[in-house]
Amino acid sequence: MKERAISIMLLVAALGALLALALITYFVFQSGLPLILEVGLWNFLSGTTWNPTADPPQFGLLPMIVGSLWLTVGSLVIGVPLGIAVAVFMVELAPPRLAQFMRPAIQLLAGIPSVIYGFIGLTILAPLLRSTFGGPGLSVLTGAIILGIMILPSIIAISEDAIRAVPRSLRDGALALGETHWQVISGIIIPTARSGIVASVILGMGRALGETMAVIMMIGNALIIPYSPLQPATTLTSNIGLELAYATGAHRDALFATGVVLFVLIMLLNGIATAFVRRPAFSRRGT
Amino acid sequence: MNAQQKQRFAFASIWTAAMLTMVLLTLIVGIIMVRGLPSVTWEFLTGTPEDLGREGGILPTILGTVALGLVALLIATPLGIGSAIYLTEYTHTSRLTRAIRFGTESLAGVPSIIFGLFGFIFFVNYLQMGWSILAGGLTLALMVLPTIIRTAEEAIMTVPQAYRDVSYSLGATRWEMVTTAVLPSALPGIVTGVILSFGRAVSETAAVIFTAGTALNLPVSPFSPVRTMAVHFYILAVEGISLEKAYATGAVLIITILLINIGANMLVNRVIAKRGK
Repeated sequence: MKERAISIMLLVAALGALLALALITYFVFQSGLPLILEVGLWNFLSGTTWNPTADPPQFGLLPMIVGSLWLTVGSLVIGVPLGIAVAVFMVELAPPRLAQFMRPAIQLLAGIPSVIYGFIGLTILAPLLRSTFGGPGLSVLTGAIILGIMILPSIIAISEDAIRAVPRSLRDGALALGETHWQVISGIIIPTARSGIVASVILGMGRALGETMAVIMMIGNALIIPYSPLQPATTLTSNIGLELAYATGAHRDALFATGVVLFVLIMLLNGIATAFVRRPAFSRRGT
Repeated sequence: MNAQQKQRFAFASIWTAAMLTMVLLTLIVGIIMVRGLPSVTWEFLTGTPEDLGREGGILPTILGTVALGLVALLIATPLGIGSAIYLTEYTHTSRLTRAIRFGTESLAGVPSIIFGLFGFIFFVNYLQMGWSILAGGLTLALMVLPTIIRTAEEAIMTVPQAYRDVSYSLGATRWEMVTTAVLPSALPGIVTGVILSFGRAVSETAAVIFTAGTALNLPVSPFSPVRTMAVHFYILAVEGISLEKAYATGAVLIITILLINIGANMLVNRVIAKRGK
């Protein structure tokens, strides 16, 4: 009897995560979907003006979508080559002592609160870029560089696992044939680890797309469609973070509707990443 | 360029990337520490903020952070360990376990602002908890649940099968086997996950600011609104209240995370050392 009760209790605990996901999906959609249906999905996504308190209010997400796109792509341009290079370094090149020292360091990079990154962008990088390139400083470029650093740990961790999983026999065989170490890395190891590396990039993309507070601190929060990386912007997430505190009525519904769009995008990305490796959504840090 | 030269060039680039990463980390931590540590005094840690945080200390935000973290762990730890035990010891792969795993993995991928939206509409409004320790802690509990499940599962799976066999052969029931053979051996790994989850609670902002609020008062009950250290840091910086206090709060945040990471690593190393025997 007791055993049976325990096993039922454990099952209930195990259902907790699933229930949480269901609740989150239900409540976010319930609050956001009606407005999307009212405005029309296409109008909502392609509208160029966001003026939720005007009469009549305008709910156009395009500036935020373009902002998110700029920022995500920009952070990948910075983070992906750097992250993959570090992953290759950790597995193939690093002297064991150095690797032992770098592993906790990268872990710390993952643990540093995102607001600290945002603060560095705000107080150090933005003034630096302003004096170098002109412009407002708080811009897509500032956000992309810092976000690129922020997604490094996810990219390194998952790429490293994928590179480590390449069978020794493959590389030993190639080395025995007289190839240089670099030829083995670029011709055998990276192509073999490709799916894991792609998954790491997609998860990094998810992190960049989902980051909120750090982004608010760095990108200037201008509701325009940026056409240059030196311009300020607003993203899907930063707009929710900025306006949720005081939004009411349809304005608040519109923020939840933005959340619905974000939620669907992230779930799509996670789904794609899952297709590339078996258990990727367990990035070492999450979002 | 022949193969050797190419290799030299490629390896030089990879070394540069690795060293650049270390330099960036050192810079980020270094800048905050150098500018923040001088203001981190005993009075700063134990004082209450005055004039929106321009003067005084950060005690309420430290207490708020600890309270939120504790509520989150109090809920997520039993749920997460229970879930891990169920998935590893009580069932085989089935449609149900696949659904549970899907739920866990998806939850791990949900961005924190979505948790913030959900916590705000569900805990704060729908369940009428208001901005409070309870609402923030519950939101955080859902956020860290996947981490606890995963680390507990991994820890349990590394327990040698022989432990279970011996336990059963002595006449133990399944639950007796789990509590006497599996859990003690998996404990350090499980605790590591719990410690890292506390770290996430400390560094989180987006999910917390809309569920626990931004009040600077000392918390008195689970229904008190609180401002965590990370939220305080964010507000000091974004509203330009005090750069000096922001750096100091940032330094305290980084030291906290550093201690949490060191603690977790020490546990992991102990497990590895034990297994090596």
